Amino acid sequence: MNTNEAELAVVVRDLEKRFGKFVAVSSVSFEVARGEIFGFLGSNGAGKSTVIRMLVGLLTPTSGSGRVAGFDVGTEAENIKKHIGYMSQKFSLYDDLTVEENINLYSGIYRIDRAKKKQRKEWVLEMAGLRDHRHSRTSILSAGWKQRLALGCAVLHEPEIIFLDEPTSGVDPISRRQFWDLINDLAGKGVTVFVTTHYMDEAEYCDRLGLMDRGELIAVGTPGSVKADLMKDDILDVHCQRPQDAIADIEQLASVKDVALFGRGLHVVVENAEVAIAEIRKSLESKSFVIERIEVIPPTLEDVFVSLIEARDKAMDVRKVAG
Amino acid sequence: MMKPIRVWAIARKEVVHILRDPRSLMMAIAIPMLLLVLFGYALTLDVDNVPMVVWDQSQSQTSREFISRFDGSRYFSIRQYARDYHEVERSIDTGKALVALIIPTDFGSDIKSGRAAPVQLIVDGGDSNTATIAMGYADFVALNYSQDVAIREIARSGGPKLHPPLDMRPRVWFNAELVSKNYIIPGLIAVIMMVIAALLTSLTVAREWERGTMEQLIATPVKGSELILGKLLPYFALGMLDVLLAVLMGEFLFEVPLRGSVGLLFGMAAVFLVGALSLGMFISIMTRSQLLASQLAMVLTFLPSFLLSGFMYSIANMPPPIQIMTHLIPARYFVVLLKGIYLKGVGLEVLGLNAVLLAVFAVVMVALANFKFRKKLE
Repeated sequence: MNTNEAELAVVVRDLEKRFGKFVAVSSVSFEVARGEIFGFLGSNGAGKSTVIRMLVGLLTPTSGSGRVAGFDVGTEAENIKKHIGYMSQKFSLYDDLTVEENINLYSGIYRIDRAKKKQRKEWVLEMAGLRDHRHSRTSILSAGWKQRLALGCAVLHEPEIIFLDEPTSGVDPISRRQFWDLINDLAGKGVTVFVTTHYMDEAEYCDRLGLMDRGELIAVGTPGSVKADLMKDDILDVHCQRPQDAIADIEQLASVKDVALFGRGLHVVVENAEVAIAEIRKSLESKSFVIERIEVIPPTLEDVFVSLIEARDKAMDVRKVAG
Repeated sequence: MMKPIRVWAIARKEVVHILRDPRSLMMAIAIPMLLLVLFGYALTLDVDNVPMVVWDQSQSQTSREFISRFDGSRYFSIRQYARDYHEVERSIDTGKALVALIIPTDFGSDIKSGRAAPVQLIVDGGDSNTATIAMGYADFVALNYSQDVAIREIARSGGPKLHPPLDMRPRVWFNAELVSKNYIIPGLIAVIMMVIAALLTSLTVAREWERGTMEQLIATPVKGSELILGKLLPYFALGMLDVLLAVLMGEFLFEVPLRGSVGLLFGMAAVFLVGALSLGMFISIMTRSQLLASQLAMVLTFLPSFLLSGFMYSIANMPPPIQIMTHLIPARYFVVLLKGIYLKGVGLEVLGLNAVLLAVFAVVMVALANFKFRKKLE
């Protein structure tokens, strides 16, 4: 990656945020290059929103440093706000205003030139597919429409970087797809996109990913490198008859870490594929399950993240027991 | 530097909020009117037509003449003639009469023979204010009657034609008819506007925090001062409309004379509104909760303005520590200003200090609201 600071949209070093005694974000460091789509993954409460709120200047970090668009997150929050667009997790436009009134409000707040105002408004209406609803109250719009309108208002002033906090939660799959098309369009124009999500399929659309768990950033990389480098275990795809009954047998095997139903078959997480395949075959055949096939498959992002988080869980349990 | 385009954008959206919420718009306009009517009519401090029961044991021409002095005044109205002490008692107990006049059997003969005639007056002290005033009236009637009897006696016994040595001629200024509504209405406008203005703005910032719209707003380059001013403007217009309606009601419904400058009245109302609206805004900013903000706005404005502004109860009669406290009640200055403009027709040459203090209140509240508004989530 290019380490030239000017090329970086976001640089974060040892960022930490405490609320009283509670550590929401602990020692997070990463970088986002200009023009990149950077995905931030993690379960609810992992600290994703807290990080994003520090980056957009809504929260002051307890310690550590961060720069967004070249400005310090601790001391130059108001400068950051001029250069970014932000879409908060909850829909936060005004329900009692019409689509057009919401756009007009933000176009006034961002002081968009008179000459450009109309063109930007039409662009947002077009982009969000709300041309025919410009005079409708925002309250009657579907979740997908609301999200696209919110995105439109957040990029009215053509910011360099946009921060989207779970923009697609609660939105139907087709709208999610459309929303990601918009994100890709923006990125294609050179806008840096920082997006949080807990949908694994969306993570695949990102140029790079960060995974957060309990306030810590536990993995960063491209989807490919995350899958290739961070997955120490192998994944076996096991197809046999009565897979739901086979789970109990496979779970007990020494070489098996985890088993889950996956479609018509089973995904089995193992440390060593060769040893495990032999063991599984032996066990299933002895119980006279008919095996269709057992093969090593590349892990999905979900597999990787689940195994990373489970490894952390185990490490913590050990620490607790030792303590 | 504040950018007018941002202030305008915020103000316009607030106007839409207000217009699209007919219930709160109704409240903003109807409640002050309702309060003014309720308090304007109910809060009369005048003691007129005190109900009276009379037990005339004398049944003489003299006693009837004495009683007619009471009945003829506008202060008393005789509701019942009792035949015994029981009836007097019941009349007072049931509240039918507040005052009982008991004339003994020898009243007529006593007066005729020049002896002092005792007369008993029983007063229901349950409402001490009314009781005191009624006693004063009764004293006055009795004194007048004694004087007349004395002068007549002297004249009849061939003495010189006497005149009372003193002839006081009171003249009441500013409120010649001594009608309490004339000073209650101007004060009431001040108190009601204090409460309504603070309530109006107490919800505006808190609502945005509760609905999550504030998070989006403060992630933009909008400045706190632009946001506050943009939010104040529509409510200021609404507040001035309330003042206008209140003044019109004073003029046409209550017929309170407005002797001073109308321009000064609205000018001072504008200064007062800026302060009161900013107080509500400040509360809203501090609490971030609509329920808490509206309750706090109510508690901080209603009772203090009602009791300590001098609108009903004279500040000069309060204990010194309370008198000092009243200086913290902004409605106090507005009450003085409104009463001065309404009743005395005076201008800034007399009211200057109060106008300055009102302006200080406005400046302090605007500064506090701006100072306390943070574009942060914590």
